[in-house]
Amino acid sequence: MKQKLVVIGAGMASGRMLEELFDLDRDAYDVTLFGAEPHGNYNRIMLSPVLAGDKTFEEIVTHDADWYREHGVNCRFGETVVKIDRQKKLVVSADGTTPYDKLVVATGSASFMIPVSGNDLPGVIGFRDLDDVNKMLAASDKPNGKAVIIGGGLLGLEAAAALNSQGMTVTVLHLMGHLMERQLDPAAGYLLQKELESRGINVVCEAHTKAILGHDQVDAVLMEDGTIHDADIVVMAAGIRPETRIATEAALHVERGIVVDDTMVTSDPDILALGECVEHDSTVYGLVAPLYDMAKVLARTLTNETAKFVAPSVSTKLKVTGVDLFSVGEFAEGDDREEIVFRDPGRGIYKRLILKEDRIIGTVMYGDTSDSSWFFSKIKASEDIGEIRDTLIFGPAFQGGTPLDPLAAVAALPDDAEICGCNGICKSTITKAIADGAHDLAAIKATTKASASCGSCTGLVEQVLAVSLGDDFVLPAPQSICGCTDLAHEDVRRIIKSQQLKTMPAVMQECGWKTSCGCHVCRPALNYYLIAEWPLEYKDDAQSRFVNERNHANIQKDGTYSVLPRMWGGMTTPDELRAIADAADKYNVPAVKVTGGQRIDLLGVQKEDLPNMWADLNEAGMVSGHAYSKGLRTVKTCVGTDFCRFGTQDSTGLGIKLEKLLWGSWTPHKVKLAVSGCPRNCAEATCKDVGIICVDSGFEVSVGGAAGMELKETEALAKAATEQEAIELTVAFIQLYREHARYLDRAYKWVTKVGLDWVKERVVDDLEERAALCERFEISQSVYRTDPWAEQSTPEFAQRKWSPIADLTLEAAE
Amino acid sequence: MSNWIDIASLDDIPKRGARVVKTHLGCVAIFRTHDDQVYAIDDTCPHKKGPLSEGIVHGTAVTCPLHNWVFDLKTGMAQGSDVGSVATYGVRVEDGRILLDPARLTSKLVA
Ligand code: SRM
Ligand SMILES: Cc1cc2nc3c(=O)[nH]c(=O)nc-3n(C[C@H](O)[C@H](O)[C@H](O)COP(=O)(O)OP(=O)(O)OC[C@H]3O[C@@H](n4cnc5c(N)ncnc54)[C@H](O)[C@@H]3O)c2cc1C
Ligand code: SF4
Ligand code: FES
Repeated sequence: MKQKLVVIGAGMASGRMLEELFDLDRDAYDVTLFGAEPHGNYNRIMLSPVLAGDKTFEEIVTHDADWYREHGVNCRFGETVVKIDRQKKLVVSADGTTPYDKLVVATGSASFMIPVSGNDLPGVIGFRDLDDVNKMLAASDKPNGKAVIIGGGLLGLEAAAALNSQGMTVTVLHLMGHLMERQLDPAAGYLLQKELESRGINVVCEAHTKAILGHDQVDAVLMEDGTIHDADIVVMAAGIRPETRIATEAALHVERGIVVDDTMVTSDPDILALGECVEHDSTVYGLVAPLYDMAKVLARTLTNETAKFVAPSVSTKLKVTGVDLFSVGEFAEGDDREEIVFRDPGRGIYKRLILKEDRIIGTVMYGDTSDSSWFFSKIKASEDIGEIRDTLIFGPAFQGGTPLDPLAAVAALPDDAEICGCNGICKSTITKAIADGAHDLAAIKATTKASASCGSCTGLVEQVLAVSLGDDFVLPAPQSICGCTDLAHEDVRRIIKSQQLKTMPAVMQECGWKTSCGCHVCRPALNYYLIAEWPLEYKDDAQSRFVNERNHANIQKDGTYSVLPRMWGGMTTPDELRAIADAADKYNVPAVKVTGGQRIDLLGVQKEDLPNMWADLNEAGMVSGHAYSKGLRTVKTCVGTDFCRFGTQDSTGLGIKLEKLLWGSWTPHKVKLAVSGCPRNCAEATCKDVGIICVDSGFEVSVGGAAGMELKETEALAKAATEQEAIELTVAFIQLYREHARYLDRAYKWVTKVGLDWVKERVVDDLEERAALCERFEISQSVYRTDPWAEQSTPEFAQRKWSPIADLTLEAAE
Repeated sequence: MSNWIDIASLDDIPKRGARVVKTHLGCVAIFRTHDDQVYAIDDTCPHKKGPLSEGIVHGTAVTCPLHNWVFDLKTGMAQGSDVGSVATYGVRVEDGRILLDPARLTSKLVA
């Protein structure tokens, strides 16, 4: 009599396994196949195109009832196996019991429903089978439907793209910092996000879901930060969970999946398993390639041949029309690894190869995946690429040809492309001037005014010269930000603005950064430029800040810190002084000093004490003095009309108003102000970034002073009749500085570069521009006018960041 | 085989950041790079004792916060024209936990 083979699960793995088995020996077994789904086996991978409407279900069926019948398989579709009885060697389903000699478990996996309240509401759908797809399609039929996808991995993004093309408004909520983080590095993740956003899909990374809301149907998804996303359906694509329930109940060895050996046999010699439900060598799989290998091995084991399953490298491609993306192998950096990176920002291409001992061990490609199979074959063959390493990244078609031309992008600009934004000069105006004999930057400036104003387009103008004149123009070596890029500060700022780049990976990609994550020179600069340009959208990156700004205190030479609370306009009260004295006592502060900025510095504080000390100071109503920041430092004042016999205006009051308006703002370098009550200038206003001298008839506002490494007297900006006007002039000047200066240029350096006249035109003469500058400053301040310590000094925060993560002094002693 | 010590969860350290572990030999800085590689080196800069854990982390290097010496996290060697190095320690990540190799800590203790 033939042996009885029972297979649980009519999915992709068992389908392939049966093909292999029948190829080897058509008559070895009497086969009974249980499948919980009401139909035969289909290509589950193609559910995404079905959802997108690109394919019909019929087109993706691989093994229908007829196929099984032809092969003598007894099909039990629509019947779930609820129990395996290993003693009696039978399986239990709704229709009774079925005996087996050999049993194959191929139950696949199920969508992981993230454990938040509301995850069982109608309208919360997994993405696993045809049933799920039909539910989603039904929802997309209704007009103005909204879908929220939880999970920005392969499955989630395919669902997002499909539902988007079906006309739904789609939001993807992804827990991690970038999309598909298991397959892609941040740069490729950024490009992918950009592509999806350009299709109107809303992508939120670092999205922590708190609950799914609704009564008898989902209404919305609530995030930890309080944001609410409306939803008619919620698609759970946050991962899969191997379907191991019946195996666990039968007391088979189950870890994350059903544990199998190299021959696909479980801990019971008569029970085999394959597919997504198994775990082999501590690994579970979620892609079909390895499952097909398992199918081969399992079929051989069943026919008493020897075969062993060897974990393969698996590659990933995202099946979203118009997105070319490929990833395989390892892509993290490591001790013994090197990387080759190629970026072509213009065409949105990114390629990265990870090498180990002259062999490729992984690759990530975005935008152009045409060479992916060539690289993949090199990975699989573990081929030595030492010889071709120099040109490897260019792929098989490389003919020893031309290196990338940095000027090509400029050459490709259309004639009407604007080069100089300040003066509205387009490329053709410049090329015409060149044709008419203007052959250097000065001549272009003189004849067209291009780059004659803020100067940020200088690099571009020079490139147009170089493209037009060829060898006759020697491009001045551009002063790049640092070794990570050839671009100058101005170029990068311009690109951030014109291409609307809002994250650091975006800037590094579009500007062709040569390193994977920048360095200590460029990262703080980029962080500032992004904050200044997108105050509401960009999220400040603490890890790109110098220690002082990250820890909100000045580091001292011995690694301790100084604590310097604000004293608005240099005014204080007995209560504040008492709080400072108490803090100094309580935290054993070694030195207390009156600074040159009219306030009190507590020096030599231990890092661990910072949050507690600030909690005390906050309690007493004091906030950070930002003595550490590239931002507003102090506004020094004199006693003015309140007390002084010469005072003409309320200099103290104006100073306090200004400080309250400006504090917390980030600027290219530090900004210091002073207001003196009369020309005797006791507050030393004429050596500050902005200095105001009160006179009988109003306020003299002057700018661009300094008294540090260079000594500079301020130059008059304008005279203001009212206090309000003085404030507006000051704010507009600072905002113009924020928008145009290079990172780490003090205001005086920047004013020298652009010329005081250029500044005056915008801040003094053009009232509309002045108002617009003030408005943009205020928008930024709506985010940044806060005390960093208010948040940092909460107990959880204190615990997380300020103390050592572990103390081994005890353990080591043992 | 040494008994690796479970220090903390990988998530306790921000990407491109560091935290310190107190040991008998002074603080050891544990770094996490942008792509989740983890390295451990002495926290103390050989130049003038700057706390390296407070530096800016880029690629597999850190810049000392006091005077900008740059150290390779893999080797502990100062880069560029600066000469000097710091000790490195074995460290790895398993199931999201950071494990530190105590061999070096104890051997130094005995020596
Ligand atoms: C505490 C203080 C000295 C004091 O005891 O009085 C001070 C201390 C430092 N100053 Fe200053 N400056 C202090 C007032 C000044 C002044 C006077 C003023 O603000 O009226 C100046 C000249 C005015 C000016 O800025 O033009 C001044 C010009 C500088 C400079 C040179 C800046 C320049 O662009 O030329 C630096 C270096 C830098 O910023 O790159 C600097 C840098 C520093 C640093 C932050 C050094 C550093 O980078 O670590 C010092 C921190 C010490 C510490 O550990 O806390 N400090 N520094 C003063 C704090 C004022 C405050 O309350 O916030
Ligand atoms: C939308 C989507 C897109 C995908 N895209 C890709 C891709 O591009 N590339 C790639 O390699 N992979 C992709 N995959 C993954 C791939 O589909 C799976 O790896 C593969 O289907 C797993 O095969 P399996 O046989 O282990 O499980 P399944 O195909 O899930 O089959 C298991 C079957 O067992 C049934 N079952 C479970 N328990 C019982 C029980 N107790 N009794 C009876 N029947 C039971 C289930 O109903 C199911 O029909 C995708 C998956 C999805 C859902
Ligand atoms: S500036 Fe000098 S003189 Fe004038 S009010 Fe102030 S202290 Fe008095
Ligand atoms: S202390 Fe590290 S560079 Fe000086």
